[in-house]
Amino acid sequence: MSSPSPASLLSVRINGEPVQVAVQPHHTLLEVLRYQLDLIGSKQGCDKGDCGACTVQIDGEPQLACLTLAIHAEGRDVTTVEGLATGHGGVHPLQDAFDRWDAAQCGFCTPGILMSAEALVRKTPRPVTDPEVRAALAGNLCRCTGYTKIIDAVIDASRLMHTDDETADGAGQAPTRPAAAAQ
Amino acid sequence: MPDDPHHDAAEAADHDNWQLGGTHRKVDAMERMRGITRYTDDLKLPGLLHGKIKRSPHAHARIVSIDTSRALAIAGVHAVVTGRDFPIPYGIIPWTPDENALAVDKALYVGDGVAAVAAVDEETAIEAVDAIEVEYEVLPGLFDPEESLASDLQINPYSRKGNLSKKVELEFGDVEGGLSGAHLVVEGEYFFEGTTHAAIEPHCAVAHVERGGSAGDDGLLTVWSATQVSHYLHRELSKVLEVPAHRIRVIQPPLGGAFGGKSEPFDLEFCVAKLAMITGRPVKILYTREEVFYSHRGRHPMLMKYRTGFSRDGKITAVDANTLIDGGAYSSFGLVTTYYSGQLLCSPYDFGSYRFHSRRAYTNKPACGPKRGHGSVQPRFAIEVQLDKAAVALGVDPIELRRRNDMGEGAKTVNEFQIGSNGFLECLRRVEEASGWKERRTTLPYGRGLGVAGSTYISGTNYPIYPNAMPQAAVQVCLDRSGRARVFSGANDIGQGSNTMLAVIVGEELGLPLEDIRVLSADTDLCPVDLGAYSSRITLMVGNACLDAAHRLRRKVCGAVAKRWEVPVRRVTLVERKAIDIEDPDRHIDIAEAFSWAEEDHGLLGEVGSYNTPKDRHGDYRGGTIGASPAYSFTSHIAEVEVDEETGVVTVGTIWVAHDCGRALSRRIVEGQMEGSAYMGFAEALMEQHIVDPDHGGVHPAPSLLDYRIPTFIDTPQLRSLIVEAPDEQGPYGAKEAGEGPLHPSIPAIANAIYDAVGIRLDSLPFSPPRVLQALEQRRAAEAAGELAPHKGTARRTA
Repeated sequence: MSSPSPASLLSVRINGEPVQVAVQPHHTLLEVLRYQLDLIGSKQGCDKGDCGACTVQIDGEPQLACLTLAIHAEGRDVTTVEGLATGHGGVHPLQDAFDRWDAAQCGFCTPGILMSAEALVRKTPRPVTDPEVRAALAGNLCRCTGYTKIIDAVIDASRLMHTDDETADGAGQAPTRPAAAAQ
Repeated sequence: MPDDPHHDAAEAADHDNWQLGGTHRKVDAMERMRGITRYTDDLKLPGLLHGKIKRSPHAHARIVSIDTSRALAIAGVHAVVTGRDFPIPYGIIPWTPDENALAVDKALYVGDGVAAVAAVDEETAIEAVDAIEVEYEVLPGLFDPEESLASDLQINPYSRKGNLSKKVELEFGDVEGGLSGAHLVVEGEYFFEGTTHAAIEPHCAVAHVERGGSAGDDGLLTVWSATQVSHYLHRELSKVLEVPAHRIRVIQPPLGGAFGGKSEPFDLEFCVAKLAMITGRPVKILYTREEVFYSHRGRHPMLMKYRTGFSRDGKITAVDANTLIDGGAYSSFGLVTTYYSGQLLCSPYDFGSYRFHSRRAYTNKPACGPKRGHGSVQPRFAIEVQLDKAAVALGVDPIELRRRNDMGEGAKTVNEFQIGSNGFLECLRRVEEASGWKERRTTLPYGRGLGVAGSTYISGTNYPIYPNAMPQAAVQVCLDRSGRARVFSGANDIGQGSNTMLAVIVGEELGLPLEDIRVLSADTDLCPVDLGAYSSRITLMVGNACLDAAHRLRRKVCGAVAKRWEVPVRRVTLVERKAIDIEDPDRHIDIAEAFSWAEEDHGLLGEVGSYNTPKDRHGDYRGGTIGASPAYSFTSHIAEVEVDEETGVVTVGTIWVAHDCGRALSRRIVEGQMEGSAYMGFAEALMEQHIVDPDHGGVHPAPSLLDYRIPTFIDTPQLRSLIVEAPDEQGPYGAKEAGEGPLHPSIPAIANAIYDAVGIRLDSLPFSPPRVLQALEQRRAAEAAGELAPHKGTARRTA
């Protein structure tokens, strides 16, 4: 058996929860997520940073978990696809749009694409455009869809998210608000 | 037959259509997007061991000895196997069993598996693989098919004809007469460099032997594999491992893409099974990306020499094709590929006469096999460019030339295949209109151009891979008293959405929304036999079987309701979770109650439907069954390109894709197949190249997703899908295939658009910048010498 290196205790927040796990210093974040923490949503397509299927967010930025040593995440916030819908009632608007557009065929690249796309829509203060989506997702390969339905879904989700914002902004006048209705 | 599904299909077509042709959320997509779905590598079993395969560094070498003692001495190593543990050869095609799970006496390409280990973790397995000592006697590598056919050194030990893997010569009609009497003969030589599938999920397999209990003392071997052909894998495992089929269960977990790249057994499946049998513990092997590239089974390189005769008005009088196919080290599906390289070309155009001569050679390269559009994407490139050259020479619009050669519906091809419905002319019309062809093609400036191409493809093959007269597809549907349905199908959903397709059919027939239907598929213990996801067979064949079962249940349910309402059964329909009286729509009951009434009358509600192909639609000659299909799809593309004459870079702006899928059962899923196909063809036209380097002993120069260059979001053009529906009486509700046909025209449409843009013919793939620059150079020289007029009337500078 390979002689194990001394393990380090990694303290990290994953999907909002504090996690402590003993990791080998040479293991990647992807290995620790998938094989130690059973967070299987992040996928391994190439294990060398070419395909983007392992994309997670570290402190809100999309990163390739297969090129990131687990110990690099010490003290940081890691979000995987399993945590994407937190605060969205179980389904993120991007997931819902991907589902409506049939934007996931085999679905293997989809978690990574969702993590890249979420950063784009979060940082863009208006609905995103086709060239913006293509640029933001250029590090994520998909072999099934020809990308078309994914682009449609991201644009659609971002529009809906901004429509919701406007509704919320003008909500003071809205009789639809339960609180207002109660008054 | 009393329960003719086609008759029922016609009947069904005029009632509800409440699911058919709509858009649907796929039955299994949301859990994939939540990261819950367990693909094969996501499976974790107690005591799981990790396997690794040792691979040959030589392209051609005799194995003198293998010493596994050092590997076995490493702590944590549980077992080592070599080719000697798998003496029985196998092959996906029963007539060409020419590979062993691991090489027995010879390694035939760089990457050929020679031994495998199982160890407590992946790192120990890698260490053990390195500790295995293999002594090789290195033999000369043969990398060129002509060279290999001429050589006395036989590559594959099982071959019966030296390095000739397969030869097919067929002739239909008077080809010499058709050529000699032609007004114009276009001659061309085309080269299609191989490409590979590159599904994002690498191949992975897990095996476990369970003993005792219901598994019995002999045990039950379960193999979970990322395969698209569970049934064939089941058969080959049984044969090679010498374990009866009833003691093997094959499960295909959700799959991360395949495209033909997972449509035969691979070394890892045999190795995990054997290692699990030896160790008594579960074993997993996950290919590295590099191993995926070497395992390959992708599109064959083909060198194609074509002569095509045309009458003065552009009618095809004769096609004479001579094709040399580079097969790599093993047969794979090569027997079929060799036939397909000629047999699938004879539509949508009426060939006056046709001859093809195709040879497939063994070489010391990763074996080629079926990739989306198996065997027919390469010749489609050749013939569609031939047509474009003829259109230019005859001064006929390229779309018009294709119209003049259209064979129409119900035609018989020159090689005697029976065509059913045919929406090809409508496909041409749709892309012509959507692209603005008529106005724009004449006005686009030098450097920009439009190109057109057409194609046809099979909706499954009339004859299965191993000869048998049993149904090609069977589906079981069960209803329960809560008002829900379960569908059991052996078919492999590989991301194309076949599970959703089955749910749409059951939903349509039984009045259920898709969320009330659970589809269980590709588990050989639970599901009826299905042949798998290949040759675009699932929608037509499995769809028909499903419709058969669903319709039997519909009759029972409607009958039970009609009996209680005391109305004729034709007045009852099932829609929106209700049974409704068509003539008095206020009278309705919940579907759960309707199911309960039917269960009272008939007992447990389960039906099995099956489908077999028509056997009267093929040619009456040796090989005439290969390529014959129940129904054919049709496609046309127009590509718009821009060619940068400084850099040689070709940019494809838009591809308009019109595809006749018979009937779109679920529109966005069909569009997704069209877009994914067009993308994959585009990638092969401009970027991808699966090669090995003879100057470096046959290693793959680019076995990574970065260096192999698959298109990103930025590279991929706008894809405009235009669904055309010419319902075919053979398909469920008229449906035909949509997953492979729409790939074919991408490549020639782009080639023809490049000609339209800058006046150069690129007859070798891919259309890379060096090839573009070289062709532009030649064109300029010819213009300067007065041999050619300036393209589009523009005088170009000479280099």
